[in-house]
Amino acid sequence: MKSARLYLEVGRSTFRRVTTYRAATLAGVVTNTVFGFILAYVLLAVFRERGTVGGFDATDAVTFVFVTQGMLMVIGIFGNFEMAERVRTGDVAVDLCRPYDFQAWWLAVHYGKAPFYLLFRGLPPFIVGALVFHLRLPPDVLTAFAFLGSVALAVGVAGAYGFIIQSLAFWLLDIRGPSQVGWIVAQFFSGSYLPLVLFPSWLEPMARALPFASMIQLPVEVFLGKHHGADLLGVYAVQAAWLAALVAIGRVLLARATHRLVIQGG
Amino acid sequence: MSSHPPAIELERVSKTFVVRVRAGRLRREKRVVRAVESVSFTVERGSMVGYIGPNGAGKSTTVKMLIGILTPSAGVVRVAGLDPSRARTEVARHIGVVFGQRTQLWWDLPLRDSFDLLRHIYRVPETRHTANVGRFRELLDLGPFLDTPVRQLSLGQRMRGELAAALLHDPEILFLDEPTIGLDLVSKEAVRAFLHGLNEQRGTTVLLTTHDLVDVERLCDRLLIIDQGQVIEDGSVSEIKTRYGGERTLVVDLVEPGPPLNVTGVDVVRVEGPRQWLRFRRDGLTAAELLAEVTSRVAVRDIAIEETAIEDVVRRIYARGRR
Amino acid sequence: MADASQTLGIYRRLVGARLRSDLQYRTSFVLFLAAQSLVGGAEFASIAVIFSQLDALAGWSVAEVAFLYALSGLAFGIGDLFISQVETASDHIKAGTFDRFLIRPLGTLLQLSAMEFAPRRLGRSLQPIVVLAVALTQIGVEWTPAHIALVPVTLASGVAIFGSIWVLTSSLAFWTVETQEIANSFTYGGNTLTSYPIDVFGSVLRRIVIFVVPLAFVSYLPAADLLDKPVPYGLPRGAGWAGPFVAAALVLLARAVWRLAVRHYQSTGS
Repeated sequence: MKSARLYLEVGRSTFRRVTTYRAATLAGVVTNTVFGFILAYVLLAVFRERGTVGGFDATDAVTFVFVTQGMLMVIGIFGNFEMAERVRTGDVAVDLCRPYDFQAWWLAVHYGKAPFYLLFRGLPPFIVGALVFHLRLPPDVLTAFAFLGSVALAVGVAGAYGFIIQSLAFWLLDIRGPSQVGWIVAQFFSGSYLPLVLFPSWLEPMARALPFASMIQLPVEVFLGKHHGADLLGVYAVQAAWLAALVAIGRVLLARATHRLVIQGG
Repeated sequence: MSSHPPAIELERVSKTFVVRVRAGRLRREKRVVRAVESVSFTVERGSMVGYIGPNGAGKSTTVKMLIGILTPSAGVVRVAGLDPSRARTEVARHIGVVFGQRTQLWWDLPLRDSFDLLRHIYRVPETRHTANVGRFRELLDLGPFLDTPVRQLSLGQRMRGELAAALLHDPEILFLDEPTIGLDLVSKEAVRAFLHGLNEQRGTTVLLTTHDLVDVERLCDRLLIIDQGQVIEDGSVSEIKTRYGGERTLVVDLVEPGPPLNVTGVDVVRVEGPRQWLRFRRDGLTAAELLAEVTSRVAVRDIAIEETAIEDVVRRIYARGRR
Repeated sequence: MADASQTLGIYRRLVGARLRSDLQYRTSFVLFLAAQSLVGGAEFASIAVIFSQLDALAGWSVAEVAFLYALSGLAFGIGDLFISQVETASDHIKAGTFDRFLIRPLGTLLQLSAMEFAPRRLGRSLQPIVVLAVALTQIGVEWTPAHIALVPVTLASGVAIFGSIWVLTSSLAFWTVETQEIANSFTYGGNTLTSYPIDVFGSVLRRIVIFVVPLAFVSYLPAADLLDKPVPYGLPRGAGWAGPFVAAALVLLARAVWRLAVRHYQSTGS
C-alpha cells in the first residue's frame, strides 16, 4: 500500500528529527530521574505503613514510578502544539489539500518519536533508579514483549487524544489553556502522579473506566507481570477499544473543522 | 574643535572569538576568529559617519562593542567619555540605537504606549517628552498611526516609529544599523531628510552602518571602511572619491553622429548614435577644459557630466583590500 | 532611595504594559488561569489520595502535609508569577533578541522579569491560598505572635529561595542554551519535594535539601518548628527561622552568577 509507505517515511523522518535533540533529551532525563526519586520515596513511605495495596507491594510501586517516568515522553503526555501551530498560522490549509490522511499523518509523526524516547528517555531513569532502589524487571521475556505491545497501543491512545485536543485549534486558535487542562486530567488519571491502585475504592473504578488508564497504568501493570493470558488479552482489548474510539472522535472533529473551513473560506 | 570629549573613541580595539567547529563525527576543533583587529578611530561630536564594509567585515561587532553588547578582547572603547563595558547602563542614557531588522518597540501595544514606557525607562521629564513626541510626530509624520499597535504597522511606519523611539531621550549619539533596509523610496527619503535635520539642528552624532550607499552619499561627511576586521579607509566622502574615483564621464550629444572623438587622456567608453561617453581623469583634465576641446572640434547639441558612483568607489576599495 | 523607587515605578509600568497586552486575549487568559489552578488541584489531589490509604505520612497528619503543600505551593506560585520568566532568557538568546535588553539603561534581570511578566501565572497561586487558609485552622498550633509571624516570613523566604533557583538555573542559558529543562527539575521538582515532609526521603536527598539546595527552609523546617516535630541532624530548634538568612545568601549568589553569565555573553557574543 502506497500510503502505508508514506506514513512509515513520516515516522522515520520524525525519528531522525528527534534524535538531534541531544541536549534537550539529556535535560529531560535529569528531570525524569529527579521526579522518579521524589515520587519513589513518597510511595515507599506509603507502603511502609500499608504493606500491599491493590496487589502492589513496595517494590512494585517504586518500579511503577520509574517505568512511568520513562514512559511520559514516549506517549507524549505533556502535550504538543505542532499541529495546533499549523492551524493557528493557517498553514494547515496546505496540509488539508494534500492527498494523504491528515489524522494518519499526525499519528505517524507521534509514533515516529516513540522508539527514540523509549530508548533514550525510558531506559536511563530506570537504570539510575535501579542503582538506588530495588526495582523489579518483567518476570519473563514474554512479559517484556507483552509490555512493548501494550506500549504500542498506549502510544496510539495518547496520540489520538492529543489529536482531539489539537483539533480544538480549528475553533479556538489559542489552545494552550484547554490543552493544559486536558493533559493534566490525562496525567492524573493515567497513573503518572500516583498508581491508580492507591486511589480510594470509589474513585479507582471510575478512573479505570477512562481512556487515560490505557496510556500509563495498564502498560506498566503489564510490565510488572500483573496481567497474564486472558487477562492480558483483556487489557489489549481495552486499549484497542479506546484507540478506536478516540480515533473515531478525532475524525468526526476533523470533518467538522474542514467543513467549517471550507464554508468560511479558511 | 570643541572642548568636549569626542563622541566615540576606539584605541587599538580587537575582538577575538573562539569558535568550536565540528570536525568529523565527534571531535570539535577550536578556531580563532579575529573579527576586529586593532581598530582605532575617533568620531567628534556632531559628525555623521558612515561605517561600511562587506558582510563579515566586523562592522556589527564594532558597533556592538560601542553600544556595550559585546566586550572588547583588547583596546579601549569610549563612548561619550565612558567605557561601555564597565558603565553599560550609564552609556545607555547617552545613546540611541536603531536596528533595522529588529524591533525595540512593544509589539502588541500602540506606538504611543511604547513612547510612554520609554519615557519612564529613560526618566525623561514629562514636558520634554511631550515636546519631543510632538516634534517627531511632525517630522516623521507619525500622527496617522500613533495609536496603532506596532504589530500592525508597515515596515516604513515602524522604522519611523523606531527612529522616534530611539531619540525620545535626546541622546547625544545615535547608532543606526541598516535604517533604510526594505523601505520604499519615499520612506527612505523621509528618513534621510529627518536624519540630516537631526544632525544639523541638534548636533547629534550619528554612526550609520549601511549597505545602501545612497544613504552614505546623502548623509555622511565621513566614511569609515572596514574589511576583514581592519579599517582600510577613513576620510571624508569627497576625499575618498577623489582618491579612488578620480574618473568622471562627460556625455556629449553631437548634432550629427560621428566617429569616436580622440582626445589625449580621454577614453570613449561608449557610442550610441550621436551620443558619446567620454571618460577622463579628474586630475588630468577639468570638465570645462574637455568641453572646450570637444566643442572646438565638433558641433555639440547637449552635454551631461556623470560623477563616479560611490558604489564603484567602494567596490574598487573592497577589491583592493582583498588582494 | 529615590533610585529604588524610580526603578519600582519603571517595573510597575512595564508590568502594566504586559497586563494590557495579555488582557487583550481575555478568553485565553481565563482558560489558562483555570488550567493552572487545575495543576495545583491535581497535585493536592495526589496528597488526598495518599491520605485515603494512611492516617499519617512519616508522622505528619493530612492537615500538616496540606500545610507543607500550601507553603510550598504559594511560595512557588508567587515566584512563578514574578521571577520564573527569567527562564525566557534562553529563548531570547536563541532568537538573538537578548541584545535589546543590553541597550537599555536598566538591569537585564529587571527587564526580563518585567517585560515577560505573565499575569496568567497567577493561577498557580490561587489554589494554595485556599489550602493554606484551611490548613492553618486545622493544624494544632499555639498561635503566639512569633508563630503567627513565622508564616509570612517563611513564605517570603520561600519566594526568595525559589526565585534564586530560577535565576541560577536560567543563568546556565548563557553558557549552554539547550539545558533550560534541567532547571525544571530544581524548580518544579523542588515544589513537589517540599510538599512532603522530608522525612520520607533518603538520607542523601535529605542532606542535599538542607545543606546544598536549601529547599528544606521553604516549608519543612519552619513547619517542623511550628508543629513541634523532631528535626533531623541535630539542627537546633528554630532552624525554621534561618529561612530569611538562607534566602538572602542565595539571592546574593544568584545575582552574582547572573552578572557573571551576562558578562560571559558579552565577551563571547553568544
